[in-house]
Amino acid sequence: MSDWTSPSTASPCGCEVIRMKMVCAVIRPEMFDSVKAALEADGIYGMTVGEVMGRGAQRGIALKFRGKVMPVELIPKVKIEMVVSDADVEKVIGIIRANGRTGKPGDGRIFVLPVETICRVRTDLEDPTDP
Amino acid sequence: MIDTGATAFVLICTAMVMLMTPGVGLFYGGLVRRKNLISMIALSFIAFALVSIQWVVCGYSLSFGTDLQGLVGGLEYAFLQGIGVDGDGIPDLLFVVFQMVFAGLTLAIVTSGVAERIKISSFLVFGLLWTTLVYDPLAHWAWGGGWAAQLGALDFAGGTVVHISSGFSALALALVIGKRLGFGGHGMEPNNIPLALLGGALLWFGWFGFNAGSALAADGLAANAFIVTNISAAAGALAWLCAAWVRGRPGSIGMISGAIAGLVAITPAAGFVDPMAAIVIGAGAGLFCYGALVFRVQKGLDESLDAWAIHGMGGIFGALATGVFAVAAIGGVSGMIDGNPVQFLIQVVDVGVVVAYSFGVTYAIARVVDAVLGLRVTEEEEYVGLDIAQHGESVRV
Repeated sequence: MSDWTSPSTASPCGCEVIRMKMVCAVIRPEMFDSVKAALEADGIYGMTVGEVMGRGAQRGIALKFRGKVMPVELIPKVKIEMVVSDADVEKVIGIIRANGRTGKPGDGRIFVLPVETICRVRTDLEDPTDP
Repeated sequence: MIDTGATAFVLICTAMVMLMTPGVGLFYGGLVRRKNLISMIALSFIAFALVSIQWVVCGYSLSFGTDLQGLVGGLEYAFLQGIGVDGDGIPDLLFVVFQMVFAGLTLAIVTSGVAERIKISSFLVFGLLWTTLVYDPLAHWAWGGGWAAQLGALDFAGGTVVHISSGFSALALALVIGKRLGFGGHGMEPNNIPLALLGGALLWFGWFGFNAGSALAADGLAANAFIVTNISAAAGALAWLCAAWVRGRPGSIGMISGAIAGLVAITPAAGFVDPMAAIVIGAGAGLFCYGALVFRVQKGLDESLDAWAIHGMGGIFGALATGVFAVAAIGGVSGMIDGNPVQFLIQVVDVGVVVAYSFGVTYAIARVVDAVLGLRVTEEEEYVGLDIAQHGESVRV
């Protein structure tokens, strides 16, 4: 995890405070493989992935049958969560956009959240850069 | 004169063969993406229900009615007129329903070629035309006294009628309907491999009824058909497993596909070959069909669930192998090894005609149905999946 050695300063408790962000992307399931491969090619390995259902401004899809409209309110998506250094955020967003895009409604969203602390479970240390 | 033993046996075999149709549905359902799981299983049931009605209205008569020029049966048994509880060995009504479950299964196999993109309304129309114009004449040729039977072509339980026809029809249908959205680019991994294996188990089990029941008597010929069926399935499973292992991992889907390839190949031969020939036929079919599948993938053909590679090519392999390995001591007919090379040539002619007829006629039917009704769902419906788009149901709660 070379990302964790990104710019850091000392925190009040003595641990290092790292400047990292969580990038949370909700994308089309069928684009996931190419997005993952592209991230990996650029050195972004760590991620948490889940199959989710969701919708955006279009409120899902409306299928038409013989004049009747059948709404499909929630569409399957894949949600990827990655914690990356501030410096890598733009790159990650660019990779997801380039590889997850079809150009049609439903390509998804990317959210970037501040990360306050990172605690490793394996040890009691707060700073995962120090094993 | 009714033979009660034979009647009891064929009654049970009929029920076993019926179970193969949902077996195909579960096998195919496990292989598609989750959004099409219900659709794939439902298509098999729909195929079975549709053919069941067509069969008693006209299908049986077209297959087993009085021969017209060796091509098709007459319509004297339409609506089962004159078919009663009497018969030669088994009741005529039992023969009707035994043959019905074969016809239903065959249409279910064809759904491979249109997986994840067919419109149900169009499938109903296509299926009715297909079973009437393709299956019924083929059944007549082989079993109803048509030209293939007159020529002496061997097809014990349906290698040409069921498997070559369904395999090549699925290929024709796949070419007309086109590839699935994203085929070749997006991952299309099976959603539920245990379900596919369960479907394969039902097929293997039902196949005993399929082949042994085709003896139409509880006798030694049925016993021979039963054991060669199992031997060929086992040899096919192991052969495919090993072939896949050489190139990568010994996957369970490949293993069960090999078993089905072995079952397909022994189908025309079950009443004509001995158990040792069954090992060769099963193993050969496993390798041959594996090669066909690899070829299909390399060519970028989206015959989605490989009915062509397994049923079509396995059927060809089995029909030709019957001409090679048949021994007079089993079924009364000699093949090439037993000193009768002419039998092999007869098998070649039969295979060639059945391939050309089923591919050509299916292609034409599919083009007509596509032009009039449209075979395929809209792009949006395909994206959402047929479970929701066609059935209004979903495996997700």
